[in-house]
Amino acid sequence: MLSYLIRRLLLTPLIIFGVMVLTFVIFFAVHSPEAMARNVLGKRANPTNIYEWLHHRGYDKPVLFNLGQARVSADRHPYDSTGLFDTVFFHQMRDLATLHLGVSDVTGKDLNEVFKQGAIPSLLLTLPAYVCGFFMAVGLALFLVFVRNSALDGAGGLVCVALMSIPPMVYIIFGQAVVALGLDYFPAFGFQLSGLSTARFLILPVALMIVMHLGYDVRLYRAVFLEEIAQDYVRTAKAKGVSNARLLLVHVLKNGMIALITMVIAYLPLLILGSMLVENFFGIPGLGNLLVDALHTSDQAVVRSTTFLTAILYIIGLTITDICYAIVDPRIRLS
Amino acid sequence: MNWDDWLEDIIVVVSFALLAWFIVHGARSDRWGRAFRRLGQDRIGIAAGVVIAIYLMLGALETIEIPSGVNGSRSVLDLFSGRVPAEETYSAPLASVSLSTRHPKPLKGWHLLGTDALGKDVLVQTLRACKTALIIGGVTSAIYIPIGALLGIVAGYCRGWIDQIIQYVYTVLYSIPEILLLIAILLAFQYTDVSLFGHAILSPGKSVPKIALALSVTAWITLCRLIRGETMRQTERAYVSAARAMGQSHWNIITQHLLPNVMHLVLISLVLGFSNLVITEAILSYLGVGSPIGTPSWGNMIDGARGELSRDPVVWWTLTSATMALFGLVLSLNIFGDSLRRAFDPRRG
Amino acid sequence: MSLQPLLDIRNLAIHFATETGTVEAVKGISLSLGKAETLAVVGESGSGKSVTGLALTRLLPEPPAVYSSGEILFHGHDVLKMKKEELRALRGARIAYIFQEPSTSLNPVFTIRSQIAEAIRLHRREVKDVDDEVAKHLDLVGIVDARKRMNDYPHQLSGGMQQRAMIAMALSCQPEILVADEPTTALDVTIQAQIIEQLIEIKQRLKMAIILITHNFGIVGDIADRVVVMFRGQIVEEGPTKRVLGNPQHAYTKALIECIPQIGQKRRRLTTIDHEALEAASTLKPVSTS
Repeated sequence: MLSYLIRRLLLTPLIIFGVMVLTFVIFFAVHSPEAMARNVLGKRANPTNIYEWLHHRGYDKPVLFNLGQARVSADRHPYDSTGLFDTVFFHQMRDLATLHLGVSDVTGKDLNEVFKQGAIPSLLLTLPAYVCGFFMAVGLALFLVFVRNSALDGAGGLVCVALMSIPPMVYIIFGQAVVALGLDYFPAFGFQLSGLSTARFLILPVALMIVMHLGYDVRLYRAVFLEEIAQDYVRTAKAKGVSNARLLLVHVLKNGMIALITMVIAYLPLLILGSMLVENFFGIPGLGNLLVDALHTSDQAVVRSTTFLTAILYIIGLTITDICYAIVDPRIRLS
Repeated sequence: MNWDDWLEDIIVVVSFALLAWFIVHGARSDRWGRAFRRLGQDRIGIAAGVVIAIYLMLGALETIEIPSGVNGSRSVLDLFSGRVPAEETYSAPLASVSLSTRHPKPLKGWHLLGTDALGKDVLVQTLRACKTALIIGGVTSAIYIPIGALLGIVAGYCRGWIDQIIQYVYTVLYSIPEILLLIAILLAFQYTDVSLFGHAILSPGKSVPKIALALSVTAWITLCRLIRGETMRQTERAYVSAARAMGQSHWNIITQHLLPNVMHLVLISLVLGFSNLVITEAILSYLGVGSPIGTPSWGNMIDGARGELSRDPVVWWTLTSATMALFGLVLSLNIFGDSLRRAFDPRRG
Repeated sequence: MSLQPLLDIRNLAIHFATETGTVEAVKGISLSLGKAETLAVVGESGSGKSVTGLALTRLLPEPPAVYSSGEILFHGHDVLKMKKEELRALRGARIAYIFQEPSTSLNPVFTIRSQIAEAIRLHRREVKDVDDEVAKHLDLVGIVDARKRMNDYPHQLSGGMQQRAMIAMALSCQPEILVADEPTTALDVTIQAQIIEQLIEIKQRLKMAIILITHNFGIVGDIADRVVVMFRGQIVEEGPTKRVLGNPQHAYTKALIECIPQIGQKRRRLTTIDHEALEAASTLKPVSTS
């Protein structure tokens, strides 16, 4: 157990390092910061402005290793080298490793602050959706397994596939148009952080998020439970005279949950990021919305930081999952 | 006609040739024969297959270009759609006048599914979008399937440090949520300028092949993991040890013994992966990093329809047509993929 | 044998409906079992012996299994006509099972104690101290330090210990019939002998009827009163153990007995069974001397 945990914990920084390199490659090596600057500055772009923009963000340094020459040279600002590692790559690495996310390329705001503000609305949306959705999906999956091989099971499976086949934004457009605008049950847009009235803004988006993922989840969980039902221990329990319901709710559920935990806990930290589509549509000022705005304004710093932050959260989530898995599953716990 | 278009056509043809080769090659083995017989009894599966074939055909009609005029060309679909006149603005399905509360104008033609804001026939646009879906699915599959299958087999067969490295690479890629990674890559591609022999392979801006390229970066992971697991299971079986004991080369073992036994997974992944790619393309286009504006794509059409439902009178036909077309393809692919899986592995359903 | 047998199977036929057609697993067999009698059902894999064992409490998954004809009378009541609740009251409480692979037959995420306790709580409501009862049964099957070991999870026990725990679970509700479906096949040879010893001891102490399902004639001699030999879904020979082992009538029985390797015997190869010859022979009528 201990050696397993140590190995697992050693792997985590290695993967984080990989993600850091990957984001660097995507954002700095595939295209040049100059192109980025020209794009952001638009009509204001002239050599001086571009240089200022790059220098302010530290993008004027050499990309990988500093061999003594500045990559972007402007006569007025001779580049003073401070060693081999004074480059975009190593500065990025250092900032990311210490979670200094820098400033937005477009608005110039401190990203750490921006993320802190956006996290709460995002969590208010995604946490209830995720928790309710999980329990609904497990319940429905168990029900389908209970009536397995019947026409009801077949129909349920087909409905799940149909739900999966509708693109998420269609749910949102429809939900917004019919429930909010047509029937006028809920506000179609906006958000207020003030106690109960917040709920009024959130009920519809949360419900839509649940429906969006339900088909896929139910099918996945059903498959997990069916896999368990084919195991020998189920026959043993049946031979003991255990009822069908108890067989599912005690024997199969506990074994199946171990498999489900792996899938579920890893995503928990990601909930902070909210949902791009839902937040954008309903005007919820979370991180998902922030990202969509950044896409429209080509704010690479925001996209880059979000990408990195998400990966870190996911990796932490995975690490926690593996540890939880080791605790829940006696086969790993005691080996 | 520029290099981009040729590239698309070539890759689409190559990918479908590969698919056909898979099926013809695979059908010789007993397992595939049995699976196809089982599939033949699955009526819903066959119906889904027919629907997919219709979509592919429509996509092909739009993809195949024929010379027209002095130095232009147009697609086969244009031969039919050319007769549909363009209107000035919105018109409801089967309406005789354009949609305007104050000055409704008589329409020049008859539009089964109405027209959009620019007066284009929605049915024609919807059918044209099959091409985009086809290219996204075909080109991406042509790139990611060989990579995923090869790396999966190599990791599962060689194990050791090779396996460790491949696992590390996909763990890192997998750590970034798929949609974010795609956005990041597509954003980066927007500024990328790659030329080869004077031909612009990747010119700045958005394009459909770029989406396919980006989608390939993430799509191979699932296949690779699947194939790796199955290869590991197969190598533990007696016939592989027997082949090894008889002194067969690694290459022979992989191509003669392992490949035929994991090939069905490739086919299933191809079909189910296709549906994923189509939906992802729609989301990306919707987020503004997907298909370039003007490209007929269901994602673009849905994006354009955002505000239309809150208009008065409600404009519902663009959204509905695009959604139904996309839904029809994705649903058929999902059902057909499930049927295939059942046919190859009846026990697990 | 008493007048009304404990268990009476009459003309039982079971088939499996698969996509490629029906597979007849059991083709109209009849056999009976008296109180405290030990019956060995011997045959190769695919002979229908395990299917018969599972059919006693209708444990076969339906579909694909179909009970096409016959009856299974337990104390004169037909199991095949029982309702779900009646079947549940039968399973574990009156007819209990031990399966082939103890490592997968025990639920990996529950302790031995909770798995045995589950059976006791289901069928013996009157038991106050369940833990005590669990420990008693683990003790009975020769698990040392039962109080401590019962908090273990299955994977913490060795294969032999796991099978003992399975036996304890089966015995915990004092069933009238214990069905042991290949109880030793997955175990080491030395452990096999111990488990058979254990079953003999149970037979003598608890006066319980045992149906031992096995492909191995080698373990039958010491324990069984009577032997039934099955071949391709049919009973080809039936009789007292000594008679069948000493003077087998059917060619298949002879072949199976030949397969037992014996020390001191000079043989260049282990005997194998010539199925084509047997196929021709199996059209002969079953030999019965009981």
